[in-house]
Amino acid sequence: MEMLIEIVYFIAAAVFIIGLKQMSSPVTARQGIVWAGIAMAIATFVTFGDPAVYAHGSINVILIIVAIVAGSIIAYITAKRVEMTDMPQMIAIYNGMGGGAAAAIAAVELVKVAAGGAAPNTTVLVLATLGAIIGAVSFSGSAIAFAKLQGLINKTMRLPMHMVINLAIFAGMLILGGMMAFSGEIDPTILLIFFALTIIFGIMFTLPIGGADMPVVISLFNALTGLAVAFEGFVLQNAAMIIAGTVVGSSGTLLTQLMAKAMNRPISNVLFSSFGSADGSAADEEVEGSMKEIQAPDAAIMMAYASKVIIIPGYGMAVAQAQHKLAELTKVLEARGVEVKYAIHPVAGRMPGHMNVLLAEAGIDYDKIYDLEDINPEFPSSEVALVIGANDVVNPVARTNPESPIYGMPILDADRAQNCIVIKRGRGAGFSGIENHLFYADNTQMLYGDGQKMVGELVAGVKDLG
Amino acid sequence: MIEGFTALYIFMLAAFTGYEVISRVPVILHTPLMSGSNFVHGIVVVGAMVALGHAETGVEMTIGFIAVFLAAGNAVGGYVATVRMLEMFQPKKGD
Repeated sequence: MEMLIEIVYFIAAAVFIIGLKQMSSPVTARQGIVWAGIAMAIATFVTFGDPAVYAHGSINVILIIVAIVAGSIIAYITAKRVEMTDMPQMIAIYNGMGGGAAAAIAAVELVKVAAGGAAPNTTVLVLATLGAIIGAVSFSGSAIAFAKLQGLINKTMRLPMHMVINLAIFAGMLILGGMMAFSGEIDPTILLIFFALTIIFGIMFTLPIGGADMPVVISLFNALTGLAVAFEGFVLQNAAMIIAGTVVGSSGTLLTQLMAKAMNRPISNVLFSSFGSADGSAADEEVEGSMKEIQAPDAAIMMAYASKVIIIPGYGMAVAQAQHKLAELTKVLEARGVEVKYAIHPVAGRMPGHMNVLLAEAGIDYDKIYDLEDINPEFPSSEVALVIGANDVVNPVARTNPESPIYGMPILDADRAQNCIVIKRGRGAGFSGIENHLFYADNTQMLYGDGQKMVGELVAGVKDLG
Repeated sequence: MIEGFTALYIFMLAAFTGYEVISRVPVILHTPLMSGSNFVHGIVVVGAMVALGHAETGVEMTIGFIAVFLAAGNAVGGYVATVRMLEMFQPKKGD
């Protein structure tokens, strides 16, 4: 039986890697996740043949089944019901659960030692402790990330001397963890304080980070959970956990780097400075020109008689749930022979690829959707650029003003289109609190109102032209 | 037994594998991919089962129960979320 378990784990580890590989193409992606799912289901099933599961008694086995059923049902229902717009925070939650599980595994092992059980060797204790720290930080940090994206916490909170306090907590948990791991003697009270510190650190670490940076943070926590799982895999001598955890740890780290790079910000900046908190430091400069308003029927006429229209959706589009109306607009414009393309900034939405998922949901073909490098040369030859719910990613100061906090960030060159129409709820500044010079440009006209309603009016306007 | 340098070698090779596997993924799949790798570390459920299985005291059993519960949520939630996202990239039927 143990041989069978080893074989299944071995195959599962291989299938996980193949599955992730298949996710690198839209054609094979779904097949990849389905295979990985089957592999995990079988791995979970054969684990019931592991003698360690029956080491204490049948009550534990019943508890295992109850816990699996309860956790699965709750996760299944929430994952089925959640709106696509809210998917990023759900990923954060499921990821936090994995981190919490890894930390809890470590806790069981450490509590055993605290209760007078035989201490495993120092290497195992060190890995268990490290996994506990990483997993618990990922757990509480992900919970805060969820709360921020869900709108439960709106402000970026920052205590006086926040950095110093964080460092003190960090040092405290390392010292306590080191004491336990290297002495092999664990005092229950110290163990409790240790875990309290790790949870608090995750919260304190995530609170000051602005909402715009959350994708990077969620990706980082995803990588951390992988690492924690790998460490607990060493503790439990489970090769599948080691390999799957490490693969996620390294790929997650790469993904985090890619995201930070797309925002043109070093990761250290994202994590240790609170950009996105609307300090307003660079927002005070003078802007030349004024914002010009346009009505939906006029905007519809401009688009209907254009040869090429580029649509730039941002998070505001997702909030307004305007993607289905956009699909309709695309259809009526194309019926008139207008070429319609979508330009997606790498950090549009709340995660890289989030916009693509939303547009795909609305039935917009992914071959109409272009990355920043591919679409930027096309703006000068397009009559209309339609910006909907995007702000900082089309702000030309990123090219022109070295003083600006977003200077150097690659942007979509909407200002270089012959005409630019911006659909926007109100006149305020964007997520970063920086004035957007695009809105004041001569060739820009503002269409104020709710995204979904305005696109609906555009559709009606185009249809009226017959 | 997996220990010492064997463990380090496994760790190193798996780390490079993860890096290589991801490096050629198009941006449009980044969110599903993050969700997918989020699902993959749901394998922590098999470790949580062992942890709860050999738990002895009430405290250990409680923590072990939490571990299995959270791990199952990670795996199932990660799977369903990923499949839902990827289904949108399927060619539309009847189009």
